[in-house]
Amino acid sequence: MHTQITVQRFNPDKTPEHFVSNYAIEYDRGTTLLSALLQIKNQIDGTLTFRASCRSAICGSCLMQVNGVQKLACRLSLHDELETRGKIEIRPMANMTVIKDMVVELAPFWQKIKAIIPYIVSTENKGAASGAPTKPDDLRNIHEMLHNADGCIMCSACLSACATYEVSPGFLGPAALAKAYRFVVDPRDMIHQNRLEMLQNNHGIWDCVRCNLCVSVCPKDVAPMEQIVRLRRLSIAAGFNESVEAAHITEFTKVVGEEGRLNESRLPLLMLWGHWGKLFRMIPLGIKMFLHGKAPFPFKRPKGYKQVQAIWRHRPPMG
Amino acid sequence: MKYAYYPGCAAKGATPELHQATLKVVERLGIEIVEIENFNCCGAGVITEADPNLAYLLNAKTLATAESLGLDIMTVCGTCQGTLGGVNKILQKDEALRNRINISLKEATELEYNGSVTVKHLQWILVKDYGLEALERAVVQPLDQLSIAPFYGCYILRPAAATGFDNWENPQSLEALIKTLGAKPVVYDGRAKCCGFPVFLEKEEIALGMVGSRVSEAKAKGANVMVTPCPLCHMSLDIYQERAEKKLQTEDDISLNMPILHLPQLLGLALGFTSKELGMKRHFVSTASIDDKLKVE
Repeated sequence: MHTQITVQRFNPDKTPEHFVSNYAIEYDRGTTLLSALLQIKNQIDGTLTFRASCRSAICGSCLMQVNGVQKLACRLSLHDELETRGKIEIRPMANMTVIKDMVVELAPFWQKIKAIIPYIVSTENKGAASGAPTKPDDLRNIHEMLHNADGCIMCSACLSACATYEVSPGFLGPAALAKAYRFVVDPRDMIHQNRLEMLQNNHGIWDCVRCNLCVSVCPKDVAPMEQIVRLRRLSIAAGFNESVEAAHITEFTKVVGEEGRLNESRLPLLMLWGHWGKLFRMIPLGIKMFLHGKAPFPFKRPKGYKQVQAIWRHRPPMG
Repeated sequence: MKYAYYPGCAAKGATPELHQATLKVVERLGIEIVEIENFNCCGAGVITEADPNLAYLLNAKTLATAESLGLDIMTVCGTCQGTLGGVNKILQKDEALRNRINISLKEATELEYNGSVTVKHLQWILVKDYGLEALERAVVQPLDQLSIAPFYGCYILRPAAATGFDNWENPQSLEALIKTLGAKPVVYDGRAKCCGFPVFLEKEEIALGMVGSRVSEAKAKGANVMVTPCPLCHMSLDIYQERAEKKLQTEDDISLNMPILHLPQLLGLALGFTSKELGMKRHFVSTASIDDKLKVE
């Protein structure tokens, strides 16, 4: 079978502009995008530049955008992609500085990983006062506790796809935060509280918008956003519950538990009370919403709220 | 064709125009609905962060109510669709969890959910159940003067296991509806990204960055209207657009002024309703340019 691969290219030694190359290739049911790119490099155009190593979705090197979505070239069947999308257009990862063709600068990604202290800090390297040594039984359920957060191959698909990182480059990002979760729940680690405290800061767990892009592009089912949600839950349980961000979760839940529905006039007041700068910034919007008939009357309870209050009373305990 | 209608908090709160337009559109199309009057919040992905069991219970109550009516659920909110529909898929698949949730649900409400309900957004109902050909026959005012940027938002597309209608990598149902109404869909990268709504109150800079990015990109690609199946996206893109524009203007001389429509409002225009009948006066960004283009009052 024959098809064409369209490549968005960049070579600053030749021209400062991006350019497009089209390559006609042969493929069969077993051809991956990476094998097609190697075919192009070896037989058609030796200047085409990309990272690749293991060819088995383990090293995480060959991540690129295929028809606008972050994918590992070695894991992608050309046949399947053509079946669903009808074309193969590749570009380097989004939201990263391009060095040449598919090769991007990964230093920002690694800085974020380093920032979360990506190793176990135990009694040995922190001092004897930090806690008891781990017993073998403590590790019996470690696999379940990690929720596959340790499955990350650092391909940076999630950071490239991240909606927050796109507009806020300081955000620690999905991969680093999933890794942070991995250490926060590891019983051998002795600085859980310090880790959680660090993650409350700007650019930490509260910058995630829960768009699910990282979960969708991750080739290893690490589900970074779900680990971020777990970190938020652990943070609130550990006493980091006074921020506007934590209040969004706790007050939202309380309002729905009391009234059955979200009271959009009451929630912002409950969340922002005490955070005066943010509250004052919302007042003009609130007035305009009222004038446009978009501010519901805050004191009327909807039908059926008593049933929801009963659900609140009968909900099973958190486990 | 009959559904249990789940309006969601926004359509009964900060975006009443969505509820208003929905009622007009379904009546005109002959889609019969029974509103779940005592409905509760789906949790919007927030309650599950505090207490997953509570989120399951709240949605199980809605599902059980529709089941007792013998009807599938129609939603008009992308976030409700993702949350309620996602919980439904989990409860249908995981019988042990469903049984556990049913114990508390029964104690609290005497309701029980057996897993027989399907949750469908109006967008999906029109494409699959109602059919684009039938919709095309109902169009009395083709929207051929409009270049429309579809904005899906997150929850109606992802996670794929919770939704399962459009392929999140290349969704097509909004484009298909736009074409059926006689308008031109605009292609742009941001259509399946986030609107910023979930962090507006706490991280305004991030939210405004997203609003500015989505709207300016759609505008640069030639859109003169944006349409969304999610009222939370609508709030973000409409209410915060002026602030997003000011933020962009610190770097660039740019004007956004992009009218944002709820999907039922767009349908309503093509079915012959006026912008006033569809509640567009409530929007922050004026929709007068749409009226001018369509020459409707």
